[in-house]
Amino acid sequence: MSENNWNEIIGGFIAIGGSLFLVLGSIGLVRMPDAYNRIQAGTKASTLGTILSLTGIIFIVPDWFGKLLLLILFVLITNPVSSHVLARAAYYTKVPLTGITKVDKLKETLEVEESRKAHLKKVRIQKEEE
Amino acid sequence: MFITLMLAWLLLNNSLQTEVIITGAIISLILPWLFCGKCEVFTYLRITPKALLYSVLFIFTFLTELIKANFDMAYRVLSPSLPINPGIVEVKTKLKSKIGRVILADSITLTPGTFTLDLKDDSMFIHWVDVKSTDLEKSTQLIVNKFEKYLEVMYG
Amino acid sequence: MANTLIFIAISITLLSLLISLYRFIAGPEKANRIIAFDVMSVSTIALIAFISVLNKRIIYLDVALIYGILGFIGVLIIARYIEKGL
Repeated sequence: MSENNWNEIIGGFIAIGGSLFLVLGSIGLVRMPDAYNRIQAGTKASTLGTILSLTGIIFIVPDWFGKLLLLILFVLITNPVSSHVLARAAYYTKVPLTGITKVDKLKETLEVEESRKAHLKKVRIQKEEE
Repeated sequence: MFITLMLAWLLLNNSLQTEVIITGAIISLILPWLFCGKCEVFTYLRITPKALLYSVLFIFTFLTELIKANFDMAYRVLSPSLPINPGIVEVKTKLKSKIGRVILADSITLTPGTFTLDLKDDSMFIHWVDVKSTDLEKSTQLIVNKFEKYLEVMYG
Repeated sequence: MANTLIFIAISITLLSLLISLYRFIAGPEKANRIIAFDVMSVSTIALIAFISVLNKRIIYLDVALIYGILGFIGVLIIARYIEKGL
């Protein structure tokens, strides 16, 4: 009986730790200067927070192990995917980066590709005119 | 594919009665046959003792990185001056198979201060909260290598 | 004992939902609002799991799973919409 109690207490504290990480993630969401840094803070903190909360529940109610494991795997797989899709959408709709950003290699690469395409188009038009 | 679906069904039901197993087997036989003629998810997965050992090591590394990432992020969020130095850098990967690249990109997203913005051929563009170097080789070594050495053995 | 701890965890999670709601309302563009929505939907999975422990009903975990799937698909579709249009 007492062992069962200890399991419950440990699980409860793990769950509280998880929810503290959730709070940290949302504070980061409010404080960070631009959309990309917000994605950084939000994704990481909410992933670990949810996983820790569900692990705490496994300690409290060991009978529900299967479904909770399925939920943990689901969160672990889908959360990076959705954050990547959001970042891509934000980048290609030209949401501005913050002022202190140092380098932007993707922009340079895209510009090189654009200029190459424009050059090819010019060459083709010249050939057709001839 | 069949094995994955069956495992998910058993975890979801949480019981080992005969009817449950028979229903799950029928559904997880029909679903792959209907929806994917050529599911290539597990074709590249190698099942050798070395690969198994490396996948266990990979999961271990991944979990430690995840926890480190969160304490790093907590420090950055809570300190009053916001110590960030963001930028977008380019790294190269040696992995050939699609599923290996997807797993690599996902793990990069969950490591300290980095996430994948875009994939083009074999170069990935990564948003980094604290840029340490803008050089291609050096950032590749810093970000990708710790996961790549495991994934290379697992998927090739 | 466990119920008290779970109750504290539920209050903290609700606090985090409130803080993210600020970003959801104030966000300068569409992209910021969707980021806040993503974080909120993941936190809600944890919240529903806590409630299922309080009420001792395993069926609520199914609710959490379906909520997660719907939130994920919603985020994917909205991101596709703001990238290319429907």
